Amino acid sequence: MLLIDCPHCGPRAQEEFGYDRTLDSLVRIEDAPDAAMAALYARANPRGEDDEIWRHTFGCRGWMVLRRDRVSHAILSVRPLGPEALP
Amino acid sequence: MTGPAARLTRPLVRFRFDGRAYEARAGDTLAAALLANGVTLVARSFKYHRPRGIMAAGVEEPSALVTVGTGGRREPNTRATDVIVYDGLEAFSQNAWPSLDLDLGAVNGWLARLIPAGFYYKTFFGPPRRWMIYERFIRKAAGLGAPPVEPDPDGFAHRAAFCDLLVVGAGPAGLAAALAAAEAGQRVMLVEQDARVGGALLRDPVTIDGMAGVPWAEAAAQRIRMAGGRVLLRATANGYWDGNLVTVVERLAEPGQAPGASRLAQRLWKVRCGRVLLATGAIERPLAFAGNDRPGVMLSQAVRGYVRRFGVVPGRRAVIATSHDDGYRTAFALAEAGAEVVAVLDGRATPEGDLVERARARFPVFAAARPIATRTSGHRLAGVTAEVAGRTQAFAADLLAMAGGQTPVVHLHKQAGGELDWDEVTQAFVPGPSRQGQRSLGAAAGRSVLAAILAEAWEAGGGAARDFAVEDPCGPAQPAAAAVIPARLPGKAFVDFQNDVTLDDIDLAWREGYRSVEHLKRYTTLGMATDQGKTSNMAALARLAQAQGVAIPQAGLTTFRPPYTPTTLGAFAGPAVGDHAGPVRRLRLHAAHEALGAIWLPSGYWFRPRAYPQPGETPGEASLREARMVRSRVGLVDLSTLATFEIAGPDAAALLERVCATTVGRLAVGRGRYTFMLREDGLVFDDGTVWRIAEERFLLTSSTGGADRMAQHLSYVRNVLAPDLRVSVVNLQEHHCAAALAGPRATAVLERLTGDAAPLHMHCHRTAIAGTAVLVLAASYSGERAFEVYAPGDRIAAVWAALLAAAQEAGGGAYGLDAMDHLRVEKGHVVVGAEVDGRGTPADLGLGGMVRKAGGFVGWQGLQRPVLADPAGRRHLVGVESLAGPLPEGAMLVGRAGDEPQGHVTTAAPRVAGEGWIGLALLRDGASRHGETLHAWSATRGLDVPVRIGPPLFYDPEGARYRD
Repeated sequence: MLLIDCPHCGPRAQEEFGYDRTLDSLVRIEDAPDAAMAALYARANPRGEDDEIWRHTFGCRGWMVLRRDRVSHAILSVRPLGPEALP
Repeated sequence: MTGPAARLTRPLVRFRFDGRAYEARAGDTLAAALLANGVTLVARSFKYHRPRGIMAAGVEEPSALVTVGTGGRREPNTRATDVIVYDGLEAFSQNAWPSLDLDLGAVNGWLARLIPAGFYYKTFFGPPRRWMIYERFIRKAAGLGAPPVEPDPDGFAHRAAFCDLLVVGAGPAGLAAALAAAEAGQRVMLVEQDARVGGALLRDPVTIDGMAGVPWAEAAAQRIRMAGGRVLLRATANGYWDGNLVTVVERLAEPGQAPGASRLAQRLWKVRCGRVLLATGAIERPLAFAGNDRPGVMLSQAVRGYVRRFGVVPGRRAVIATSHDDGYRTAFALAEAGAEVVAVLDGRATPEGDLVERARARFPVFAAARPIATRTSGHRLAGVTAEVAGRTQAFAADLLAMAGGQTPVVHLHKQAGGELDWDEVTQAFVPGPSRQGQRSLGAAAGRSVLAAILAEAWEAGGGAARDFAVEDPCGPAQPAAAAVIPARLPGKAFVDFQNDVTLDDIDLAWREGYRSVEHLKRYTTLGMATDQGKTSNMAALARLAQAQGVAIPQAGLTTFRPPYTPTTLGAFAGPAVGDHAGPVRRLRLHAAHEALGAIWLPSGYWFRPRAYPQPGETPGEASLREARMVRSRVGLVDLSTLATFEIAGPDAAALLERVCATTVGRLAVGRGRYTFMLREDGLVFDDGTVWRIAEERFLLTSSTGGADRMAQHLSYVRNVLAPDLRVSVVNLQEHHCAAALAGPRATAVLERLTGDAAPLHMHCHRTAIAGTAVLVLAASYSGERAFEVYAPGDRIAAVWAALLAAAQEAGGGAYGLDAMDHLRVEKGHVVVGAEVDGRGTPADLGLGGMVRKAGGFVGWQGLQRPVLADPAGRRHLVGVESLAGPLPEGAMLVGRAGDEPQGHVTTAAPRVAGEGWIGLALLRDGASRHGETLHAWSATRGLDVPVRIGPPLFYDPEGARYRD
């Protein structure tokens, strides 16, 4: 089980967190329909590193972006999700 | 003092096996106790029902599976080697009928030619009828123990722990590492699956620093505890997960045993560790020869363990078959205990060394010798046929000890993402590079020299470099070497003893084209039994590599999956069983409903009043009466569980515009609207109402069951999609309670209580009831004029009491969820979870006209998808009217019973205004099929009701009754 270093609370067990989606599947309300559907249904899904949106649901309820290696499960960075963390 | 004499100093314990009473000594495993009583036939094998005895002494035991305990404590498929006998223990053999001694299933052994490896696959690919015939026979014949039917009477606990260092295994390596760390001030946990510390020291009489091995181990454990370390016995580290999390299952009671004062049978530890050292030891490999599964054929180190640790000598005339020096230790141990060593069969051409020479002086030692076949008498070993330097020789023996090499226990290392290296000398996989910093020690790392193991472990634990003085009466030994697997044998040579997989089966799989080890495993079921192939996988790999003509590491390896040993489901469930399986949330007004005689309905986490039956009334009659009370007079219902959010700030309207698919931003202060929300793919996921309480303050309600999801969604939109908005979202569900007053007399009742004019339909205002400030929202769900009254949770009781008294005075009363459902079906209102099932667009549900054309809300892009935009072929909300009696909810809508379903009845209800049954349904192209007659067909309930399709509105189509 992952140990996630919440930017607000420090290291906490994965079971306190909820995975939401990969960052590249983010659909903004302003996106054109084609771009929105591509983000939803045609994701990159790379083998290895990717950015993921998680929420510390049973903790501070804050949103964050994890840079995670999906082969080794290593968490490379955790950033609070704010305008600067979004693509 | 060890051996048979020491045994008699331990207290007597009584147990039963297959109904017969036996005596054991405290500290015996069930296997040791059975052997001490001369019980060698313990089980029947899985497929061929072959007589089986005890082969090992630890958790790797493949054969001696028994059921232990009775009633709710019954534990099937328990390894007899992994149960410590307690007074009153009851154990039973499995998979044998009518008895263990005379098992008719053994006919499978004679029919073995008809049920080869891959038998299931072959029948699956054959004509289906053949499988139908075989299935009954297979299910009866192939089996393990029966699971308990009764609930487990004991408790299971979960516990989280943290430590600087976790050491798995309390053999010499684990003890040395844990001791060094504990005395250096680290927080140490040492877990051992056995009931005693010592590991290999329990079977081999060595001295460490001048102390005998077992007292040294016990003193080390004591010192670890004194230094603040935690030593858990009967505790198996069964899973190594990401983030250095190790799960440990601790047995607080033996299988089938009533637990002590804690009433806990097991405790599951979740240990988050700084570092992990794996001193998990090694498992001895059996040898391959015909009849190597017969009772009396045992692993050599296990034999030594029974003699030295338990004082039980498993045979009088023993043959030792070994591929390396370790087998000789067993010969000496047996001789010490008074057994006759008939022969030592050494597979090596020229065994040499001090140990071998000393053995030659005492026992007949044969070089280049290996067993070929066994002979039995009355289900137990009577003799061994061996090939000795090319010639065949027979030995009379009732015990054959096999030493076929060592397999380091690398399971946890692999689970932690570690890699394996191949060690050519011992022909074994040993831990290679690790991913989480875990390190293996001792036999688990492929080491065999005790002094070096201790020194390495001590340093790994954090101690300053030091030497350990080890004295071993057997002297130094050559490293373990694996046995050579013979090409052909005269009979069944088992590789996987638990799943009855033989060398021939592996050869057959190879001939039939199964090349990958993963395919071999699935085709032959090798390593797929409850022991996960602990004793078998290496032999099978060696055979596969032989056939492929490659080295073993090239043949590949299957995955090591947790749990390391079988774990009872109770340990995973922990305390979350029965009433504790999920939280129960009771309404603030629970007692008030109870006083009214409510019967309850689970709704999400909540228990809500379903109806308030009067004496002699069924729930159905009660809810129909309550619904008619609302239509004719007035009723009061508890709405406190509705999801409720306050959305406030200068950009509150802007946030709601993003969340809701309807027009909400231009709502006037004091007004409300029905609304619904979409997922990003354009499908409806929830609905509710939105109210503008003040210029920059809104109230949003949505469904009870979707409350958590809606809270998450609002947070996502607020924080991820629109982080710049100046708005706050507060979840009020836990703080506010609500009751709805509905019916033609609702206005009068409300006005009398508040002294204010009631708000117009879809208007809201603040007023007071029973001295409490309340918010009144005029929204109708029932189709009658209705008001939702919101009050702070701690004041709702007084408000409810006043509303109820006034309603009763007006000829009304409380109504429950069922009545509410009947009322809304007549009005065609959808419910999340029934009509809103995550597959419908707004248009499908008849809400298309309300969608904001300009977009700008979550899901607007999804709605543009052609498949959603075109209504043709989609399921539409319709009304159904039964033409004959009650309508089955959930029934398929078909042209004729048995036809392809065209839709289904989502909700059924009796008519409130009038008689008969109506319902809502989702029907393909339903919007254009009003007037058609179909059948509501439920194959599972054997019901078939003709229905007429129509618009989803059965009552007051003009909406005259709820307007002012």
